[in-house]
Amino acid sequence: MDKDINIKVKVWRQNGPKDKGHFETYPLQNISQGSSFLEMLDILNEQLINEGKEPVVFDHDCREGICGMCSLYINGHPHGPDQGITTCQLHMRRFDDGDTITVEPWRSAGFPIIKDLMVDRSAFDKIIQAGGYVSVNTGGVPDANAIPIPRDDAEMAMDAAACIGCGACVAACKNGSAMLFVSAKVSQLALLPQGRVERKQRAKAMLGKMDELGFGNCTNTGACEVECPKNISITNIARLNREFLKAKFAD
Amino acid sequence: MNKINSKIPEGALSEKWTNYKDHQKLVNPANKRRLDIIVVGTGLAGASAAASLGEMGFNVLNFCIQDSPRRAHSIAAQGGINAAKNYPNDGDSVYRLFYDTIKGGDYRAREANVYRLAEVSNSIIDQCVAQGVPFAREYGGLLDNRSFGGAQVSRTFYARGQTGQQLLLGAYSALSRAIHKKQVKLYTRYEMVDLVIIDGRARGIIARNLITGKLERFAAHAVVIGTGGYGNTFFLSTNAMTSNGSAAWQCYKRGAYFANPCMAQIHPTCIPVHGEFQSKLTLMSESLRNDGRIWVPKKIEDAQAIREGKLKPTDIKEEDRDYYLERRYPAFGNLVPRDVASRAAKERCDAGYGVGSTGLAVYLDFAEAINRLGRDVVEARYGNLFQMYEKIVDDNPYETPMMIYPAIHYTMGGIWVDYELMTSIPGLFAIGEANFSDHGANRLGASALMQGLADGYFVLPYTIQNYLADQISVPRFKTDAPEFEKAEKDINDRINRLMNIKGKHSVDHIHKELGHVMWEFVGMGRNAEGLKKAIEKLKEVKKDFWTNLRIPGNKETLNVELEKALRLADFIEIGELMAHDALDREESCGGHFRLEHQTPEGEALRHDDQFSYVSCWEYQGEDKDPVMYKEPLDYEFVVRQQRNYKS
Repeated sequence: MDKDINIKVKVWRQNGPKDKGHFETYPLQNISQGSSFLEMLDILNEQLINEGKEPVVFDHDCREGICGMCSLYINGHPHGPDQGITTCQLHMRRFDDGDTITVEPWRSAGFPIIKDLMVDRSAFDKIIQAGGYVSVNTGGVPDANAIPIPRDDAEMAMDAAACIGCGACVAACKNGSAMLFVSAKVSQLALLPQGRVERKQRAKAMLGKMDELGFGNCTNTGACEVECPKNISITNIARLNREFLKAKFAD
Repeated sequence: MNKINSKIPEGALSEKWTNYKDHQKLVNPANKRRLDIIVVGTGLAGASAAASLGEMGFNVLNFCIQDSPRRAHSIAAQGGINAAKNYPNDGDSVYRLFYDTIKGGDYRAREANVYRLAEVSNSIIDQCVAQGVPFAREYGGLLDNRSFGGAQVSRTFYARGQTGQQLLLGAYSALSRAIHKKQVKLYTRYEMVDLVIIDGRARGIIARNLITGKLERFAAHAVVIGTGGYGNTFFLSTNAMTSNGSAAWQCYKRGAYFANPCMAQIHPTCIPVHGEFQSKLTLMSESLRNDGRIWVPKKIEDAQAIREGKLKPTDIKEEDRDYYLERRYPAFGNLVPRDVASRAAKERCDAGYGVGSTGLAVYLDFAEAINRLGRDVVEARYGNLFQMYEKIVDDNPYETPMMIYPAIHYTMGGIWVDYELMTSIPGLFAIGEANFSDHGANRLGASALMQGLADGYFVLPYTIQNYLADQISVPRFKTDAPEFEKAEKDINDRINRLMNIKGKHSVDHIHKELGHVMWEFVGMGRNAEGLKKAIEKLKEVKKDFWTNLRIPGNKETLNVELEKALRLADFIEIGELMAHDALDREESCGGHFRLEHQTPEGEALRHDDQFSYVSCWEYQGEDKDPVMYKEPLDYEFVVRQQRNYKS
């Protein structure tokens, strides 16, 4: 059964990109274990505002695990200690009375800190803009059932397409690599006939952009897969590597 | 002469859109390059419109409140998208989709708009498949369909329980391509804070850069609002935390009519409220009603025992369960429209049969489906939803029935638009949930995605040209015009006023007050007395806000509390207009249920002779009552009936 707990939250505070940043520890009393992690931060912020202090800045929006906005590094894990969920789906029943919970932003060269726990992930948009699409204009496309797609292919494409672009893979990676993110999009489109036409230039363009934006390379540690809230598989990275090599050999 | 001109084309229903397209004005490619269009919002409507307009050659500026267009709240839509493809060969057609949508909206939507929506629905599915959206498929490789509320055919296309996500990522990919090709310029973490009007036409916006806190000016030949609905007026809703009504409200205050503000949809299948600290409500997709059966105990003493924790739902014998939707609506059963299902749940809970610790919940039970189909099939269909539920409630829905209760989900009301999706301000357009046009008094499931994409891909890119064709000789605007100066000064004054209140309450504290008033008096069941009380109470909330608010920090920097305060100031006023509109509409229709107006069986009782109109509210200035104009809804093609989901 859920009960009320007393905890301490050790939060990274950083006033701006150039500020050095430091940890601050805040005690919180009577937090219901039925509340979500972000609701706990809401309570902390309410407390800070009532004390005349500035609230902790963090990204969040849908609070149901799909928008990919929330991005907290909790006790050494992106999205916290639970598997297969985002920060907003984490509940306080995962913590015990007396715990000190450490909360940090994503830390990676590709994601500069904006303030406190908020980081700039626009690099992900730039990677998608480099080629994460099928080049079709609106209108003038064939009937949706004109090209049958084997159900298994569609399902595998969907597995990859479930990526929410949160960046946990990058935050988890010791190299700060965005390979899992890139491979999910490349795989989704390579598995579908609509995406195959441009598969070569897509793999090259997206990987090229990833390198250019300061993300590291993949050394197959698999940390990204473990921490991914949507369980995106690293087999996608293998597919991306195949796609990339094929494209290179074709040059 | 009525002030309202909806510009519906002449001709038979099925010919109106074709006739319109055949005769509308177009803009040639060389001129498109010289025309700037601002699109505010990057959800299904905004992203699809920005991408399509960019591809066509217009110069598009697209504004996104989040850090990426992929985060827009369309992403959270779960169940599916309707289209009249009739792939399952079960008798569907454009007319039937049109008819179901009109009927589902309780005959308060425009026939011509809804018919056009049904007409373009098929193109949306084609477009999304071409973009690489991984819809669910049959073993033969063709697309699969399922059923949604208010329909007797299977016309809903889906991508697991993440259809909104996949459609939004499709639109986002098209938008990303247009950005790459420099057809669209994207501004992320920007929030529109005012509309700029020059000589009676929409010519730009003031936006706040959420990172620097600076106000910036943007000019264009036309402005498109695709900023979603105002469900967060209720504080607790299924909307995302930044979803807000402010862009729409700014348009209203600059002269755009606000239509049917009282029409808000309460979704029947949400996870019940569990505590004071709760920040939002989570929806469980309507698709669950395909296989889940909704019930409460038949005996009031069983319900009592369950609330006290003495009995578990699985202890209640089959014959002691009341499958009240199947009992009351045999023809549609658990798949009645959302307004009907929500009210039926409230009726049972109010009568003392509710479950959960609060008594404000009913069961959604999959035991029968698991027996019939096997756990694997149920998991394949709804696995992610079951997981989501388990994470929040800490209860396994494969073993114990889910608990659900209605919550605010969608607003059918919004900025008034004509057939061309243009508001009452020339050059200002509204698309998606932000406009009022297609869902009448109640939206059917899987129709929001359809409407957002219809507006963005296939309607606005045509109709906006009819306006812009006259603008080709208008040079680009400079943002140092006095109208921009004035608008920026106004918003700056407003921000200063907010920062200088220096009271003692946080924004959320006051927002919760607003939410309580709205849910209590302007929620699922409304009456004249309660609405009058709401109007009085909202005045108090407003006073509290403007005297007791506390915003820490500075204005010219990242300041989340200031952002929220600006939105809440508008939510309070939206709440007031909702209450006024609900008071005026002395009938029940769809999501608007006036307790004084119901049939002996407790169904919504419309008064077509008096209320067959869209209420269009015009702002008259601060502390003045708005004026209401009526757009008559003359039904030429459909005969209005009392909605019947029983037989």
